[in-house]
Amino acid sequence: MILNMGPQHPSTHGVLRLLLEIDGETVLKCIPDIGYLHTGIEKTCEAKFYQQVVPLTDRIDYLCPMTNNLTYCLAVEKLLQLEIPPRAQFLRVLLNELTRINSHLVWLGTHALDIGAMTVFLYCFREREDLLRIFENVSGQRMMTSYFRIGGVSMDPPIDFWKKTKAFIDKFPSRVDEYEGLLTSNPIWVERTKGVAHITAEDCIALGCSGPTARGSGIDWDLRRDMPYSGYEKFKFKVPVSKDGDVYARYLLRVQELRESNSIARQAFEGMPEGPYNAEAPKVVLPDREKMKTQMEALIYHFKIVTEGFTVPAGEVYQGVESPRGEMGYYVRSDGTAKPYRVHMRSACLGNLQALERLCVGRLLADVVAAIGSIDIVLGEIDR
Amino acid sequence: MPLQPAITDLGQLKSRPAVAALQNASLLEKARFDRDELTLYVNRSDIKHACELLRENSETKFNFLADITCVDVFPSEPRFEVIYNLLSHSRKERVRLIARLPGGDPSIESLMGLWPAANFFEREVFDLFGVRFVGHPNLRRIMMPEDWEGHPLRKDYPVEGYR
Repeated sequence: MILNMGPQHPSTHGVLRLLLEIDGETVLKCIPDIGYLHTGIEKTCEAKFYQQVVPLTDRIDYLCPMTNNLTYCLAVEKLLQLEIPPRAQFLRVLLNELTRINSHLVWLGTHALDIGAMTVFLYCFREREDLLRIFENVSGQRMMTSYFRIGGVSMDPPIDFWKKTKAFIDKFPSRVDEYEGLLTSNPIWVERTKGVAHITAEDCIALGCSGPTARGSGIDWDLRRDMPYSGYEKFKFKVPVSKDGDVYARYLLRVQELRESNSIARQAFEGMPEGPYNAEAPKVVLPDREKMKTQMEALIYHFKIVTEGFTVPAGEVYQGVESPRGEMGYYVRSDGTAKPYRVHMRSACLGNLQALERLCVGRLLADVVAAIGSIDIVLGEIDR
Repeated sequence: MPLQPAITDLGQLKSRPAVAALQNASLLEKARFDRDELTLYVNRSDIKHACELLRENSETKFNFLADITCVDVFPSEPRFEVIYNLLSHSRKERVRLIARLPGGDPSIESLMGLWPAANFFEREVFDLFGVRFVGHPNLRRIMMPEDWEGHPLRKDYPVEGYR
């Protein structure tokens, strides 16, 4: 029998459509059908100035906007060969890790909800609310933050931010204990996840999986540690790896990542250097308001950046970062004008989604829901 | 930081294993090292061979196909540049392979046989650029509706679509 699952299905995490060929309860074939959220962001980027692309990158992956901002900014900064001051780098790392926590919390909540553990969802969204308040505090927006800009960040965080972030970082480890208490040794949870949707390391490499999906199968690879960017080499953290390759392994691994991210955020918070939060590049970075209103030159630069953008030397770069889902990469090519010639996003989920068929075939229909949850897909990022 | 000029001289780049490996098999058209990234140009008929070589060679070990994308350089010829982004987990290095295709016949060999990961990546390039991947078992549109006309990421396709 052919069963159509989605695109409007609560546990497909967006608008994923699956064509399932089933025999009784057993899945024989699983064909993902995507593209329902395709909005042509890559095409739109070609018609915008470099700085106008930043808000578009938020909208790709609505669970980790800052990671996308960061990847794009790093790519353009590489094209410009801009040097980013340490304070901006630390702020980026701090917020990037909070974003990772935010994304993993939504994943954990919805994944557990799919399998039937309702309580965890409410616990996770309680902490997520705190994070969204922090993001609103620092950028003015809860979700589409656009806080990172080319050359640094948009403004220095307000005083409130430090207090709220400190409170969050201090209490979060005990909150992770709460989630674990609800799930890790819960017999129903273990029954539904252990040994389910298994994938080997070789298959992960062949199918283009990255991030927690690949690490859950024993691939010891994390771009933050192995190809550091934005000052990650200054932080100490462990990369959790598991050899089991099932849903339970990926769950345990992401929960450990929550703790590690919190520890990185704490290091960034405590070691936050003083100094400028923007690169010294008047032709690229908007001047601050004070300067703009007192200095003629700053006003001219402001006017020029806003009306005609800034030119970027011709060339092409690829910047990959470790997003909560895997390798998020931006390929940007410049032809020397103020608009990018081509922006391409390497979506982590697109690679991970290719593994879905391998995860589901031969398993029960109910396990498909667990498998989709365990690879943590965001359809906005897949379709772009 | 001042912008360093790109290195395009093959003699200077020979110390890089990927350049040496492709040059020894005489598959390399040209190479460029710019902003810490290595770009290698290969002929479109050699792409599969070159990727296989870079994957199997013990000096290069590019085991992971990170990405496939394309750039349309309309109106110049050859019009399409298909870009392969390979990653080596053990050597922590990336390399970019570029194969250029003429606008009249944009087709290239599929990498499905080497990495099944190429499946969605190649379908996306086919959908948005109209580049055909020979040997791909299921080359259908992936992002756009099945009955869509045209390939949106081509440079002669208007941003607002055809009216």
